Parts: sequence; C-alpha cells; structure tokens
Amino acid sequence: MPGILTFAEQRDGAPRRSALEVVSEARRLADAAGVKVGSVALGPGARAAATELSALGADRVHVFEDAALGSYATEAYARALAQVIEHERPTVVLVPFTAVGKDLAPRVAAKLGAALVSDCVSLALKGGSLEARRPVYAGKAFATVRCEGEPQMATLRPNVFALGPRDGGRPAEVIEGRVDTTSRARITAITASSEGKVELSEAQVIVSGGRGLKGPEHFHLVQELGQAFGAAVGASRAVVDAGWVDHQMQVGQTGKTVSPTLYIACGISGAIQHLAGMSSSKFIVAINKDADAAIFKIANYGIVGDVFEILPRLTAAAKAYFAAKG
Amino acid sequence: MKIIVCVKQVPDTETRVRIGPDGASIVESDVNWIVSPFDEFAVEEALRQKGAQGGEVVLISAGPDRVASALRSGLAMGADSALHLKDPLFDATDPLGTARVLAAAIKGLAPFDLVLTGHQSAGGDNGQVPGLLAELLDLPQVTVAVKVSVAGQTATVEREVEGARETWETSLPAVISAQKGLNEPRYASLKGIMAAKKKPIEVKDAAALGLDAAALAPRARVTALELPPSRAAVRMIEGDADAQVKELLRLLHEEAKVI
Repeated sequence: MPGILTFAEQRDGAPRRSALEVVSEARRLADAAGVKVGSVALGPGARAAATELSALGADRVHVFEDAALGSYATEAYARALAQVIEHERPTVVLVPFTAVGKDLAPRVAAKLGAALVSDCVSLALKGGSLEARRPVYAGKAFATVRCEGEPQMATLRPNVFALGPRDGGRPAEVIEGRVDTTSRARITAITASSEGKVELSEAQVIVSGGRGLKGPEHFHLVQELGQAFGAAVGASRAVVDAGWVDHQMQVGQTGKTVSPTLYIACGISGAIQHLAGMSSSKFIVAINKDADAAIFKIANYGIVGDVFEILPRLTAAAKAYFAAKG
Repeated sequence: MKIIVCVKQVPDTETRVRIGPDGASIVESDVNWIVSPFDEFAVEEALRQKGAQGGEVVLISAGPDRVASALRSGLAMGADSALHLKDPLFDATDPLGTARVLAAAIKGLAPFDLVLTGHQSAGGDNGQVPGLLAELLDLPQVTVAVKVSVAGQTATVEREVEGARETWETSLPAVISAQKGLNEPRYASLKGIMAAKKKPIEVKDAAALGLDAAALAPRARVTALELPPSRAAVRMIEGDADAQVKELLRLLHEEAKVI
C-alpha cells in the first residue's frame, strides 16, 4: 500500500521529465518515512511508461491504457486519479505543476476534500503531515504550508526537484485500471504555437528582453542571443503590453514565474513584478545601460553597456564557444 | 445569458512585500489593493459576452470590508450587481474553503450559464479555485482561457499549454478561467463610476450560505512567511564591449559552470 502516490504525465510510453522529477521526490520522501511509492499513468503507452517510472522510484504503477485517455480531459483524468486514491488510500499525492497538473489537481482535491498546496519548491514529511515551501506573490515571498487530513496533495514546480538515481532492477507491480472516460469539456484541436522553441517554464536557459531594446524591430537581437544559447526567449511586461512580442513570453508576476539555471536579462531595468518572476533563477546575468538599474541588485554578473553593442558580440562569441565545445 | 464572475482583491503587483509580526502574513497597512489582474480579464470577458448575447453579469467576492471597493470597480466597468461574502471565517480558510464559500453563493444564483474567474490570483498564486469550484458545482471546466466564444449552450475555448494552443468545447453552464491575452480590460468611464454607486451590493455571511466553522476549517495552513533568500552581491564586468563579452563567457563556464 503506497504511502505516496504520484500522477505521471506520459506520451507514447515516455513519462515527461516533470513526472520523473515528481516520482524521484516521492521516492526520497518515501525512503525517509519508510513507505512505498505508487504512480498513475493514463492513456496509450501507460504500460510502457511504468518501466521508467519504476526505475526512478515507483513500487507500483497503476496504468489506464485506454485510447480514450489519449488526450487530456479534466473530468476523465480526475475520475481515474481519484479512483486510485480511494483504492490505495495514500497519505500524500504529488502532481507536477504543469498545464495538465494545474488543471487536474484542484478537481481531484475537491472530489476528496483534500488539502492541496500549489507550486511547491520543497517538501518534507513531518509527523505524517506534509510541509511544503512555495513562492507567493510570484516569488516576492516564500510560504511554509502545513497540511492536515488525508490525503494531502501538492503540485511540484518543474525544474526544481532533482531526478533520483535510476534503479532499473526495482520490481514494479503494474495494475491495470479502467474508468468512465466521459467528459463534458473536451479538446477538439491542438496546434503547436511555437514549434521548435523551448518552453519558458521548462527552460534551463532563458534570454529575456525589455524596453532597452527601444522597439520591436530590435527584438531579433534577443531572439538571436537566445538561439546561440539554445535558450527560451522571454520579455518584460513593458514590452508585452506595448505589443512588441506575444504575451506568452512575459516573465513576471502577471506572466510566467521561471527558475532556470541561467537567466540573461537584456535591457530590463528590473521592475519589482519582473524580479518576482525570475529572481529564483540560479544564475542571473544583467545587461543594462543604467548602472543603478534594480536588475543589478539580484544579478550575479552585470554588464553596464549598450544592448546594441553587447548583444551582437555576445551572440557571436556564444556561437563560437558552443561550436568549439561541440 | 447570466454570467457570474468571481473576483479577488489582491495587493497591487508593484507592492513591496513586508512580513508581518506574526511571521505568517504580510503587512497590509501600506498595501494598495486592486482587483487581481486575471480577474479583470474575467470581468471584461463577461461584459463582452453580455454585449454579444444580452443578459446580466453578477460579481462575487469573498473578503473583509475593503473588498467592496473591488466590487465597485467591477460594477463601474459595467457589471450589473454584486455579492459580497463577508465573514471572519472566510478570511481564515484555505483555497478549498474559499471555493466552498463561492460555490454556496453561486448555487444561490442559479440558474446561470457561465462562471468566469481569473486562472489564479496575483498573490496567493494557488490557481486552485477554478477547478475546485467546477467540481463542487459539478460543472465542466476549461482553465487558462485566451479565447472564448459562445454559441447556444456550447462554449469554444482556446487555452495555452506548454508549447501549444488547445481548442476545447464544453457544454454550458461551465467554469472558465481567464489568462492574460483573453482581452484588453476596459477602463471604467466616469458615467460607469457614477452608475456603480447606485448598483446593489448584497452582503452574505457564513450562516446565510449554510456554512459553518467545520466546513471552512483550513486543511492547508500557512505557518510561516519569509522573504526570498538574499542573493550574492553582483560582480560587475568592466572593460570595452569585446572584453566584457569574453569575460562573461569565461565566468559562466569556469565559475558558474552553467555553460
């Protein structure tokens, strides 16, 4: 009987990285508490995904290999996850804080009357209670949240929890499940909005541009730097609101909160709502004309300079660096 | 169509957060309160749907006295009436408790066609209420919407996910949560502001909604709140542009070890 259950998003047998991060964290918590880990995988490929999930930590995987679960539908997925929870009675249920997880977890929590903590960046089990740390006000502060009751649910921020060691020899029990797959709200079409581009919330490196670029016609300098680093490209609220770039690229309190390994801020002064969304990045580089800009207060490396001089040079030098590195 | 919009009052996004003496909440005395930006998209969408289809827009918000001003701003934008859910029990609960409060109030407004919310508040950032509410009301949900069109008793909704845009279809009534990009919220006109003063705001407490302390006891409690850990002092890279670029790459490789 697993003490910790995880929801594992998978496609065609491959669990998403965020799903593996969550099962890794579940394993760490379970080892400390001396309990077992279960995972739930839905849709075609679920059975194949069980292998990788067990290698990263699952002792038991519930698979719903139903073609009708091939694309995400809130009600059907919530019914499946709730069904496993009611059967296994875990103390803790962990879900990735991805587009699917964000939509799914509250629905399941309401079904079960469970505590739910969103977007956690660290977790601990203390006396059978989940204690989670999470950013609030987009990272202007961090809250410690303590859960009561059973089960206790949490969604985990992607890119924060490390993958655990693989153990290909861990014997995993696979349990087949079935569920009513009807849903009143359904996906009718999916279009890739940014083919080939790296998604901001999952990116290891982000290059972001602000008002210092002076106009949308210069934003290609940021795009090119992003390409050189293999990075996702972001933007400040000022340039999104001015219509230079799509709102999906906004980093900050009313945009995306990100925590990449490397964040390069170009021509961004550092409005408080922008800093809130990116200040948990591991390393921050700031390039700005104004030496007093707030962005330098949180940066690791600062260059006081003109983005029009620095960016093309940095792009060329980075290309040469990565080409030489191979 | 009858559209219900849930709004939350939050600190202005330019607010510098200070931790209160209890170590588990923010200092509210110098906070400028606003309607959560994502909820403004929800209010705007409701007004546009009403403009296209006819009907009425009802705002609801849970919170203390100050919340009335958030409701007045929505009324000034053009909503028809508002419901203020006010009880000390509501201030001490968790997202599930808040959703129970809103769900009880919304049930009292039936029949309705659509419940709109922001996809998360700009504050607690939980993003739970839309899904909790949909389940408690036994309605379908589509979250993080960037486009909504209604035809008869069906809504077509576009939502953004990692790297893709999905089109969803849902029967109505449904809960739909708004993301930036859905629309451009209007500014209240002077006429709207004057009219809002005469629009009704009904107040309801826990007893009026049939809720008690047991139903609203928080299962997730904030036990501590702290400012983010301070970051190491910045290292400024000097020299001309070429030297700066070269040194930056060296530091990223040798010191930070991130490239």
